[in-house]
Amino acid sequence: MANMAQAIRMALHYAEENLGVTDIFGEDVGAPLGGVFTCTQGLKTAWNSPLDERGIIGAAMGISLGGGRPVAEIQFCDYVYNTIDLLKLAGNTCWASNGDWNLPMVVRTPVGSGIRGSIYHSHSFDATMTHIPGWKVVMPSTPLDAYGLLISACKEQNPVMFLEPKALLRVKGDERIPGEPDDDRALSKMIDAPLGDRTQWKPQWPAELEAFAIPIGKGKMVREGTQLTVVSYGRTLPLCARAAATLADEGISVEVIDLRSLWPYDWEMIKTSVQKTGRVLFVNEDTEVTNFGEHLLRRTVEELFYSLLAPPRLVAGKFVPGIGLADTLEMASVPQQNDITDALRSLAGEQP
Amino acid sequence: MSRPRLIKESSAPLPLDRELLVRIHDLMVKTRVLEERLIQMYKQGHGYFWIGGPGEEAFNVPLGLLMKKGQGPEYDYLHAHYRQSGTLLALGEEPIGALRQMKNTASDPYSGGRNFAGHFSLRKYNVAPVSSPIEVQYSIAPGTAMMQKRVGGDAITIVTGGDAGTAEGDFATCLIWSSRPANPLPVLIIVTNNKWGISTSAEGQHGETRVSERGKAFNIRSKTINGNDPVEAYTELKEAMEYVRTERKPFLLEANVSRLYGHSSASGANYVSEEIDCLKQFETRLEADGVLTRQQMDELRNRYTEDMAAAARIARDEPLPAPETIWKHIFAEDK
Repeated sequence: MANMAQAIRMALHYAEENLGVTDIFGEDVGAPLGGVFTCTQGLKTAWNSPLDERGIIGAAMGISLGGGRPVAEIQFCDYVYNTIDLLKLAGNTCWASNGDWNLPMVVRTPVGSGIRGSIYHSHSFDATMTHIPGWKVVMPSTPLDAYGLLISACKEQNPVMFLEPKALLRVKGDERIPGEPDDDRALSKMIDAPLGDRTQWKPQWPAELEAFAIPIGKGKMVREGTQLTVVSYGRTLPLCARAAATLADEGISVEVIDLRSLWPYDWEMIKTSVQKTGRVLFVNEDTEVTNFGEHLLRRTVEELFYSLLAPPRLVAGKFVPGIGLADTLEMASVPQQNDITDALRSLAGEQP
Repeated sequence: MSRPRLIKESSAPLPLDRELLVRIHDLMVKTRVLEERLIQMYKQGHGYFWIGGPGEEAFNVPLGLLMKKGQGPEYDYLHAHYRQSGTLLALGEEPIGALRQMKNTASDPYSGGRNFAGHFSLRKYNVAPVSSPIEVQYSIAPGTAMMQKRVGGDAITIVTGGDAGTAEGDFATCLIWSSRPANPLPVLIIVTNNKWGISTSAEGQHGETRVSERGKAFNIRSKTINGNDPVEAYTELKEAMEYVRTERKPFLLEANVSRLYGHSSASGANYVSEEIDCLKQFETRLEADGVLTRQQMDELRNRYTEDMAAAARIARDEPLPAPETIWKHIFAEDK
């Protein structure tokens, strides 16, 4: 099966061939590198930009105003912060012009910890991005979801922020992307750029790729359960799924929801699950103060209070200025497997 | 060093034909009267804030007249700032739209009562939404130019902002992205220099002799002109546009202009008599050259003043947007 980076690459290839994507660009996005995480290798509309994030977001806005369909990349979300007012502007262009203009554009950026990236390659961006209305925000946790959400993003009439959990970019999926070859090594030979001289290299794209789309706004029921619900996305989602498997052995039944879309998000799925289980844990790795999980928590309390058997809880990143490089520091700063398993176990046993 | 250009002697004949001079004058008067009416509406409580471009008419009117007007990359794009009602009127807009925006009525054609006066948006003529944060438009402009270059033809992207805004990184972004050797772009980069940023004089903040000289480092053809002279503005804009249209390369044009009513209503919006008034100056020349008589020009101004007062009365009585409309247009629906 493809890993997430390959899935993104194949979706972008499909989109530039079939969905009208005109420009895939950013720092080191074009040849020879094809992106620091290889997500844009071999794409025909990929090009390198100056090292200027404001220029990248601005150009994406301009290209979409000019009738194109850009997919821009910010190399690490840690470097997107100097573009915040442009992101705000992209988000309000349709609204401020009373519906006159709209911006069909996608911005992709790797987020989160997990590669020992220290202070400026470990940031999360979901809390900040969900503060900016007018954008759709998605964050896949599997290669298949990455493919399907990116296809949907490239068909959108509105700006879409596509957050890539960098710890999962090299993880192979369990589900086959429609059209990908059965053999991983064959896929790698076809679409991974060789080491060394790449000037003569051309990818051989799988011919059977299709517009397999995952609708923005729909969550995924990863595991059904009856006693407690865990809602997550991105890097922490597989940790939640593993915790649910561990707890199943202890006789605790956990329902696992992969939110996938942060805005709009699948409240119906959360609501149905919480009404069934009465206990819910939200998990993400962004800093915990004014965290997106806090919004979900607030809504749970306000709308589902009388269904609850225990206080809804949040496991998120510590509110510290950065994620330190040392293994011990990173592990202490963002949720790890044990933090999530323990939190679920404790929530399962909580009595009034 | 070339000799500084002298202000033309009044005996020098105006180089544009009479019909065009009359048209420019007409639009300049219409724009000035519109801006004065907007200020009056603000002062009478028919709007919360005024910002606009009295003092930039001599430059903004020719700009609008010279634009290739239409929708999509085959036509010119304008990434304007908030002092360009003259350009919009020259594109053919009716002034009542600006009055409606001042009164923030539901009928405001540019933002439906959502944005300040002077914050135009007009997709049918490729006018990108004007935003209050200065200079952001300079980061966006290269994108539309990329699409125009790709579709072929002679359409260009025009981006306009003030001198104070050039301190923002977006101005450097525009210079860099427009002149990338990998893909030079047809962008007319305009700076209207009124020597002020709200209350702060450029003298204390900017060490460069001319803003236009910043283009040199990027091999961008550049020029500084007298934006208070509509004839010079028209001629120089035409030449710069021709260059960008045919060469498909950027041009940096700095136009020295006046700020006749200060920054905005925040600074009082009162007439500043020390500044050059481009309309007065132009009318003196038109009269001296026998293009128009004083009486004709006075009649024109009176007519527009009456028209504008009538239009303001209409706008004043129109309803505000309904509260529930805040939820409209957050997202565009699939078309």
